[in-house]
Amino acid sequence: MAAPIGQPRVRLPAQIKAGEVIEIRTLISHIMETGQRRNQEGQIIPRDIIKSFTCTFEGQPVFSMDLHPAISANPYIAFPFKAERAGNLEMVWTNDAGEQRKLTQAVRLAE
Amino acid sequence: MARRAAFLAGAGAAALAAGLALAQAPGPAPEPHRTITSPESGRNYATPETLAIQDDDFQNPAFLWVEEGEQAWNHPAGSAGQSCASCHQDATASMRGVRARYPAYNAAKGRVVTLEQQVNICRTERMGAPELRIDSRELNAMTAFIGLQSRGMPMNVDISGPARPFFDRGEEFYNTRRGQLDMRCGSCHEDNYGRSLRADLLSQGMSNGFPTYRLKEQRVISLQFRLQGCVNDVRGEPPAMGSEEFTNLEFYLAWRAQGLPVETPSVRR
Repeated sequence: MAAPIGQPRVRLPAQIKAGEVIEIRTLISHIMETGQRRNQEGQIIPRDIIKSFTCTFEGQPVFSMDLHPAISANPYIAFPFKAERAGNLEMVWTNDAGEQRKLTQAVRLAE
Repeated sequence: MARRAAFLAGAGAAALAAGLALAQAPGPAPEPHRTITSPESGRNYATPETLAIQDDDFQNPAFLWVEEGEQAWNHPAGSAGQSCASCHQDATASMRGVRARYPAYNAAKGRVVTLEQQVNICRTERMGAPELRIDSRELNAMTAFIGLQSRGMPMNVDISGPARPFFDRGEEFYNTRRGQLDMRCGSCHEDNYGRSLRADLLSQGMSNGFPTYRLKEQRVISLQFRLQGCVNDVRGEPPAMGSEEFTNLEFYLAWRAQGLPVETPSVRR
């Protein structure tokens, strides 16, 4: 059984000006079990990682990445984004079992 | 060879110092002797990369635990239908300074208790909730959340009066050689800090950053989990987490770090 994908944290700058390139920072709680470790009985602990992350802005792809077993537990992902207008960012973390954790983050522009 | 000789000489001097301390006459407990007079936080021995994670509260993965602890703080548990907040209200006010003065003597129990044990005392005696296992995710989340409220405050445990015998036992554990390697805690953390132990830099073993996110374990760990690791490393048989031995040792370690700012939740390799 796949481990639960924890509550994600997402942070944007407090003040965003139109046209500004901002850094979107995300952190999610997950064990990222590599599939190469063994338990006390010597059996392989099955691989269980977040295998992909995608971010879209109003349906338009912004950033996506594939994750691999070498990535540590609780993956921290940060990427740039040019904020031209207000809208919603949709972020999706997907694990090996195909389970997803979604988060919607509003982008608000400073006047 | 020169390095080995220096190591042995250092260990000998420390053993002599410990012997002199023990030779003092009993009476009103004298001020204990502090081998490291100006303690340095483990952050002085961490790499810049590790500190970059610690110093950014967003990037620091321990804050995932802190958030879980904050939720548990406000969430009723147990037969009494109470949460931590029912008695202690706002943790940012009521828990400020708590991490800095624990472990502390508990008069009702007649012994020194750690922060973990105090959380469990509250749970069983006031909330009607089961104890949380020492070093479990739930308990580490709670102590990380409580500890954060004291961040930056100087460690300040009270070893006077009835607490003193527990302190002395902790000191004795610290200075007792153990394991197949026949080492005391200070063999590394007093005689050889700042030197390399294989790929690691030995710190002074100060406890002001616990509970800490340990990159090796990829989770938040409690101090006593780390102590078990230390005893295992010298090929000894570690006491159980939450045992009296480790509780007294944790008390002594907190006093060793007296004055250092609480860094909970720190990040260490």
